[in-house]
Amino acid sequence: MTLNSRIPTGPIEKAWESTKFNMKLVNPANKRKYHVIVVGTGLAGGACAASLGELGYNVTAFCFQDSPRRAHSIAAQGGINAAKNYRNDGDSIYRLFYDTLKGGDFRAREHNVYRLAQVSVNIIDQCVAQGVPFAREYGGTLANRSFGGAQVSRTFYARGQTGQQLLIGAYQALERQVASGQVKMLTRSEMVDLIVIDGKARGIVTRNLVTGKMDIHIADAVVMGTGGYGNVFYLSTNAKGSNVTASWRAYKRGALFANPCFTQIHPTCIPVSGEYQSKLTLMSESLRNDGRIWAPKQLGDKRSADQIPEGDRDYYLERMYPSFGNLAPRDISSRAAKRVCDEGRGVGETGLGVYLDFRDSIQRLGENTIRERYGNLFEIYERITGENPYKSPMRIFPAVHYTMGGLWVDYHLMSTIPGLFVLGEANFSDHGANRLGASALMQGLADGYFVAPYTITNYLADTKLEKVSADHIEAKGALENAEGITKRLLNAKGKKTVTQFHRELGKTIWDYCGMSRDEAGLKHAIGKVQELKEEFWKNVTVPGSGSDLNQQLENAGRVADFLELGELMCIDALDRNESCGGHFREEYQTSDGEAQRDDEKYSYVAAWEYKGEGAAPALNKEPLTFEYVKPAQRSYK
Amino acid sequence: MKLTLNVWRQSGPNTPGKMVKYDLPNVNEDMSFLEMLDVLNETLIAKSEEPVTFEHDCREGICGSCGFMINGKAHGGFPKTTVCQLHMRHYKDGDEIFIEPWRATAFPIVKDLMVNRSAFDRIIQAGGFISVPTGSAVDGNAIPIPKSNADRAMDAAQCIGCGACVASCTNASASLFTSAKIAHLNLLPQGQPEKLDRALKMVTVMNEEKFGSCTNLQECEATCPKGISIENIAIMNRHFVEASFMQRPAMSEGGAG
Repeated sequence: MTLNSRIPTGPIEKAWESTKFNMKLVNPANKRKYHVIVVGTGLAGGACAASLGELGYNVTAFCFQDSPRRAHSIAAQGGINAAKNYRNDGDSIYRLFYDTLKGGDFRAREHNVYRLAQVSVNIIDQCVAQGVPFAREYGGTLANRSFGGAQVSRTFYARGQTGQQLLIGAYQALERQVASGQVKMLTRSEMVDLIVIDGKARGIVTRNLVTGKMDIHIADAVVMGTGGYGNVFYLSTNAKGSNVTASWRAYKRGALFANPCFTQIHPTCIPVSGEYQSKLTLMSESLRNDGRIWAPKQLGDKRSADQIPEGDRDYYLERMYPSFGNLAPRDISSRAAKRVCDEGRGVGETGLGVYLDFRDSIQRLGENTIRERYGNLFEIYERITGENPYKSPMRIFPAVHYTMGGLWVDYHLMSTIPGLFVLGEANFSDHGANRLGASALMQGLADGYFVAPYTITNYLADTKLEKVSADHIEAKGALENAEGITKRLLNAKGKKTVTQFHRELGKTIWDYCGMSRDEAGLKHAIGKVQELKEEFWKNVTVPGSGSDLNQQLENAGRVADFLELGELMCIDALDRNESCGGHFREEYQTSDGEAQRDDEKYSYVAAWEYKGEGAAPALNKEPLTFEYVKPAQRSYK
Repeated sequence: MKLTLNVWRQSGPNTPGKMVKYDLPNVNEDMSFLEMLDVLNETLIAKSEEPVTFEHDCREGICGSCGFMINGKAHGGFPKTTVCQLHMRHYKDGDEIFIEPWRATAFPIVKDLMVNRSAFDRIIQAGGFISVPTGSAVDGNAIPIPKSNADRAMDAAQCIGCGACVASCTNASASLFTSAKIAHLNLLPQGQPEKLDRALKMVTVMNEEKFGSCTNLQECEATCPKGISIENIAIMNRHFVEASFMQRPAMSEGGAG
């Protein structure tokens, strides 16, 4: 397959402007004749559905939760980046573009990233106008904080609940369209297949999670803002319901899956406490503005933190990366924490943890200032661990947080299936091999508010769409396929629960395709995941029936897809014989242990093509060219 | 520790429900309440019994999906804590715990501990937004907002829409939920053009959705996992009364041109 990324020509500063000008338009009276499906109502999907509704399109939006306000974007804590340069500290669109590209270890498309930096400023304006209560200075202007991988303060925030406030803004805009009748909102509905007719995405099959009924929905275009696949690891900071099913089933219908091995391990999460653990909780990166990360210098130092004198503490990020210090990017900070623990210097009962210490900031700024900045995060920490972080340092450890990989999209955010648009974390586009903090919210809203409404309009105006109905053979085929999966799951009647399989899968992927990978481990993992997948279909037990609310059945379908995705992640990681960003291959590192890229051989996007059950997926390469930023060894020293 | 759970089991909205007793012999104090229910469900599945349905998603206390009554108290009754953030160290060996869904006419039961809270969405649809189409915003710093106003708006905006306020109220009133949204938007300069219309419409829909009236019992504030203050209810009432006297429907658009 040839991948046409439709990157515009001409100077990068004008690229998006000229692309917009050259796009076809749909006149206002004709917009209502088009029906667009939006799956997922997080920042990307919710913003897109609301914006399309405002434009006058007929929109049907779907979410699996009971309300669009629950989407997992809500859990983002720290902030959202924008190149406003309100601080007068040297920020610019170009600098945000540069930081994001470098942060992604030069594995993202220049033009996409530049556009992201450009529209970042509009996002803040839009959200303020919607009533998002961003933090303010006493003069009434917007406040900023710093985040990892940047030396300017460009992150806007609403206490430690920025994602919540931005999502509620998008949700309210969406509900306004629901009230006006422009958007039809179907909650508790899960997309279980994509309908492709004459090579174009023309609808989806959904399962009503309350009644179990499967339905066909036909449309002129399908938009997926269905989030990332971090839950393949079982333990992650993702919400329990976050899943890859929509993306995976689109992949099986012909959409390519790009860079699946690019996953982000967040350095500051609360460590695992026991076998029963169901998820991990993030402690926002913003804490690293005032918290100092350290581990004891001596191996196996069992003294409590307050008994360890200054001289016996190793502030390893400050030592290793003096210019960025505790604000080194996530991939680098996570690996450093792992090394410290591998050396036997980890803290806590399991030895899998390092300290994030606020002692010095509390001394300098007072407890009240720290409480004002991070109060809710400190509360979360205390509630989960039973320890007071104002008195003793937090214990943190890296955990899976975000997935940079996702469905391949071109500059128009359209997948390899015409008419299927993929936004936000579900696509692969803007973060390369590592995402910088506070950039996920930015990308989700950029895609949803400011990019997709233009590109979808262009697609609709520019494409001849035959009239199709739910009786079409492809639609019925998709419905049968989805019903077949449910039947197989219910009929397996085995001995192991869905969660048991999910845990095993997660452990394998974490051990062999997590913070560091190597050839032997990945080969082992591929075999293991294949075995697990085979066992799953024979030995899974799913109680209840398919004709009512059945949470085990929902989960079983999602885990079935994670099993297949897990294998593809390992295949991709094995194929990429270099280290970059979150993808760290033990075999490829510099003498001081940093990621060693191989730009000559691997400066491309790996887009995998489904070739059928049991067949190996085919690798398609989209070469990455860098005209504006010269790829260099990423240095934060 | 060993616990005895009494869990409300109800297969659907129109079937009768009942309390069912379960013994759980191995509960770890570091588990969250929902993880304890996960363990219960795994044992039920192993015995070929149907697991308990309960709503949950982020398990970080922010999405608002989870919530049920524990021993008669919404989210268990611990300060500023959702059930997903409630840890078993608050209970002791031998405790007997009673778990029931939110009880309110406006929140019909879907299954077991899961209820239908779509009435909340309809209250938001009535006016819980600022009408600003994508692309029509001015610069973020064009309208300065006093920090104290922004902070108060943020206090109200923290609502997670879990429904604990309704469940804990004897009248099943949604005043705290509705007022939090009205206050959040009406305290901001951007919310001014629709201020009265918003108060009028949201309160009207709240009443239509069969939520009860507020009689200042303050149970909602005490149970709210986000600590939303009933001061917001006062703001709502003030704006509602003002709107009742002042507000006239806007003229519809159009005209020759």
